[in-house]
Amino acid sequence: MNECLVTIQEYALRSLGIGERMLPRGDFTLCQQITLIGSGLLWNLYFAAFALLIGFFLANALALAKTSRNPWLRKPAEWFIFVFRGSPLFIQFFIAYEALVQLPRTGIPLLGLTLPTDWMTKAWAGALLVLVLNTAAYSAEIFYGALRNLPKGELEAADAYGLSGWTRYRRIMWPTAMRLAWPAYTNEAIFLFHATTLVFFSGFPALRQQGDALYYASYFADKTFNPFVAYPIVAGFFILLTLLLITLFGVVNRRLNRHLPGATSKVRYRPNLLR
Amino acid sequence: MFASCADPKTLEGLAWLLCYLSSGKHLLFYLSFGTVILLLLITAPIALLFGFGGALAVRSRITPLRWFGKIYTSMVRGIPDIIFFLFVPIALDQGFEWLRAKVYCDPSVPIRQGNEFVVCPAAKLPLSTAPEWVHQGYGIFLAVVAFAIVFGAFAANVLNGAMNAVPRAQLETAEAYGMSPRQVNRRILIPQMWTYALPGLTNLWMILVKATPLLFILGVEDIVYWARELGGSKTNAYAYPHPDWRLYYFLAILVFYLLMTWGSERIFDRIRARLSHGQATAAGEAMRKAAT
Repeated sequence: MNECLVTIQEYALRSLGIGERMLPRGDFTLCQQITLIGSGLLWNLYFAAFALLIGFFLANALALAKTSRNPWLRKPAEWFIFVFRGSPLFIQFFIAYEALVQLPRTGIPLLGLTLPTDWMTKAWAGALLVLVLNTAAYSAEIFYGALRNLPKGELEAADAYGLSGWTRYRRIMWPTAMRLAWPAYTNEAIFLFHATTLVFFSGFPALRQQGDALYYASYFADKTFNPFVAYPIVAGFFILLTLLLITLFGVVNRRLNRHLPGATSKVRYRPNLLR
Repeated sequence: MFASCADPKTLEGLAWLLCYLSSGKHLLFYLSFGTVILLLLITAPIALLFGFGGALAVRSRITPLRWFGKIYTSMVRGIPDIIFFLFVPIALDQGFEWLRAKVYCDPSVPIRQGNEFVVCPAAKLPLSTAPEWVHQGYGIFLAVVAFAIVFGAFAANVLNGAMNAVPRAQLETAEAYGMSPRQVNRRILIPQMWTYALPGLTNLWMILVKATPLLFILGVEDIVYWARELGGSKTNAYAYPHPDWRLYYFLAILVFYLLMTWGSERIFDRIRARLSHGQATAAGEAMRKAAT
């Protein structure tokens, strides 16, 4: 038990570069595997949290652009959504990495200053960028569908109250669209969280072996030739965190629907709404 | 391939490009697109079958079978699919080799020696003497099983939802006519569920298409493998030296996938229109109105 505490101390933040530098070699204990895989999970949480946060705002802008009558706004939004929803995330990672590597090493001169570019090829920035754009495209399609399915009566009521333009959008359209879109958006958030495991398998190098949960799991599986320990551990972690994610989104959903009768009932996670 | 390509160093411009794109390695690259499509065409029906079994298991009256169905359909919700893609092939491979070792090997030698999983050469799968295509084929077989398990679970979710969506009155009427549960399933439930299942299955096909590049992680020589292989910068030691062109190869793959998803969408739109024809649903009603 004490030994395990030492292991946790050494390896719990290994994925961030804090603690022991060397990965354990040979004779992996269960404690080491659980600690290191849990440590890698920090990367998955980082990617998922920031991609969802930034992607949410971008998705709202894209959805609005896609409903716009102006083709200069609508067409680019449509193309963006088509490209990112129509191609595999795995390929998007590869393309982004290859494209970011092509940026000039010495930086881009801009108004006398040099913008450094090498940080863009690192996973924390480059992969996050891809995840943001990807989730923005999928979420934008969900929000777009919700905007199109707004009940006619609510818009007429808004007109009757003399609301128009931005006020109408902010007070009536947006809250209702969020309410409609939330179950599907929950699903998208789960998919995105699961997709973060792809990052270190797709071109982006794990610097100094600081990778995500699946990176360490496959490291252990490769070293021990035993897939029956490491993969169930990472699967268990993901089940727990997925349940947590569903709970968090359920809280938001209850708040969005708090004025409606029956809103206190729990939201059911509908797996049929595949993305 | 062409006679004029015998000495590529003397070629320039378009002729060089033509020879470059028709070199032997590139033909393998083009063939690997076939591998992807083949995998899709093999996996889709098997996954549908798994899904059908899973959906029936969830609705089964036998409790252990129902539990199995519930676990099978809910595991993919919490666990990323890529974990299954990594786990299933290696687990299956070790399972097969372990079984073969029981038959072909000396039982006194332990299979798990420390951190090694060793079976005698006679139990290796495929045998080390087997030709290269057997190794590739075995890899693809394991990949197909992994894909079928994951997408079977997704399909089971979709089909179970579709079975629940068939109006209850239809089934009650069948029961009133004295049909057994089995007959109700076969004659009423299953024929009617397809129109409800189609949107979900369409979605699933799209996800399956977009999951195929993961073959690369499983070690199959697929399009991603060849794109990295061919695109990497080549020195003058090669017949066709060029700088790092991986970006262009990946862009070509991107276009391939965009065409695949775009084409699939067109086809599914047609199937949807056909299935909605004459149905008592909103889409069927709309078609009736448009016709008059």
